[in-house]
Amino acid sequence: MNYAILVSVALFWMFAWFMNTRLAMLSPANPVVARAVNLFIPVLFGITLIVIWEGLARGLHIPQVLLPAPSSIWARITSSTGILWADFYQTFMKAVLAGFTLGCGSGFVVAIIVDRVPFLRRGLLPIGNLVAALPVVGIAPIMVMWFGFDWPSKAAVVVVMTFFPMLVNTVAGLAASSSMERDLMRTYASDYWQTLFKLRLPAAMPFIFNALKINSTLALIGAIVAEFFGTPIVGMGFRISTEVGRMNIDMVWAEIFVAALAGSISYGLIALLERAVTFWHPSYRA
Amino acid sequence: MRERQGPSWFFFDRLLPIGTVVLVIILLWYGFAVLLNAKFELDQAARAKKQISTMELVQKTMAQDRPVLPAPHQVATEIWNTTALKKVTSKRSLVYHGWITLRSTLLGFVMGTLLGIGLAALIVHSRVLDKSLMPWIIASQTIPILAIAPMIIVVLNAIGISGVLPKALISTYLSFFPVAVGMVKGLRSPDLMLMDLMRTYNANRSQIFWKLRWPAAVPFLFTSMKVAVAISLVGAIVGELPTGAVAGLGARLLTGSYYGQTIQIWSALVAAAVLAAALVIMVDLVSRLVTRHMGMAQ
Repeated sequence: MNYAILVSVALFWMFAWFMNTRLAMLSPANPVVARAVNLFIPVLFGITLIVIWEGLARGLHIPQVLLPAPSSIWARITSSTGILWADFYQTFMKAVLAGFTLGCGSGFVVAIIVDRVPFLRRGLLPIGNLVAALPVVGIAPIMVMWFGFDWPSKAAVVVVMTFFPMLVNTVAGLAASSSMERDLMRTYASDYWQTLFKLRLPAAMPFIFNALKINSTLALIGAIVAEFFGTPIVGMGFRISTEVGRMNIDMVWAEIFVAALAGSISYGLIALLERAVTFWHPSYRA
Repeated sequence: MRERQGPSWFFFDRLLPIGTVVLVIILLWYGFAVLLNAKFELDQAARAKKQISTMELVQKTMAQDRPVLPAPHQVATEIWNTTALKKVTSKRSLVYHGWITLRSTLLGFVMGTLLGIGLAALIVHSRVLDKSLMPWIIASQTIPILAIAPMIIVVLNAIGISGVLPKALISTYLSFFPVAVGMVKGLRSPDLMLMDLMRTYNANRSQIFWKLRWPAAVPFLFTSMKVAVAISLVGAIVGELPTGAVAGLGARLLTGSYYGQTIQIWSALVAAAVLAAALVIMVDLVSRLVTRHMGMAQ
């Protein structure tokens, strides 16, 4: 045990805690400063967590196989960028993107058809709601059997996982415009398609983006878990399951870091797009 | 449109449409089963240099040992055989494996819900925690947490913790997010007027919490618990994959995929689906009972 490290970690923790308490009490009048403070508080919290993690791992000499220190994870990330990129390319660029596009696209199209046919809406929607709650990742072994070890089987899992949230949300969104607004469209003598494109789809956008956000996480999970069931020797899920078996826990953390980065960036991009598309929504109007 | 009521509403707006869709799905399933399994039978016939009639072909595609897609009745038979006809303690019983999974699901769900409620209560009462912890809780939603499931299992195994707890921890990890986020929203849902009213009563923090915030948050709690219970089942199933497929529904999926036992995979899938639906319905029932008891039923 290394007391010097442990004590300095404790000191840093207390300092950061004190800083955050003071910062949280501030309520600056200047909006830019307020924003900076609100951004700085969670960042400091995150840094503190990493410092504590690093300090505990070093100070208590926690073995590498249990919990590698952040510094050794970072060293692993920088030293194996080639492998990480290859895995990312296989899992994200091929399986996730293809599956996400197909799943969300088909969910959207089916939702529009379902919306047109009330009978289908009554029949398909309860089933869609049910399926959205089911452990859909379970179909991974079947998809691997049908579509082979390479990325198409993972994309197929992602398609099935993303389809139902998109379907359910889009149908809910298409019902979001009020009857007053629809009546207004009717007084303008607009036909079904005009009402759809000019009123109902824009009104459905918050719901659709909600589904896209849910699906961006689901898609990554689906692709990674599907790789546990068989894959060529590349891919994030493959790397995680084999390196866990070889007790290279720092490599696993490196993959998790990449997955987290990919997940947050795609979520952020969707959120930015949402802001641009639904600028009219009350939650974005200052 | 004319509003239907009573039994006729139930028939026309529920039973008929849902029944039709389910029927179409089953028919499609049979169709695909014949289509996908036909290649194997045609190959067999060609190898034996025999001609088989279409009727024979269709019949054979539905009775294969390892079909590409088992027909619904094959899955139903397998489920019947492995639930009703096997002893519950038998390793081949689906009830046994389902129970293993259910156990860690429930343990994880309970721990996750308690953790989520606790965190939410802290966040609502502490400005520091709200500003520093909440962004991370939301950011962590974008991270594919399930990816760390194998690591948790193996690392905990390495330090001697095995059995139900590691899997339950994964479920906990997955299920506390929706509860924490929903409860923060719920505990903040009482509007300013109500909070001011409590203040005029000179209520202290804990009185405000138990008499206003908590009751107001109950509907939010149940909504997020429905999400949480479904996701903790997913966590338990995925948690069973890396342990080398010992027991549980996830293990059934994995051994099924190792040995090409498609019927076993499908029956494990159906069992998981039934379990998920039952859990969600149970939470829904409890929520109805509680909200009615609290006088909040619509």
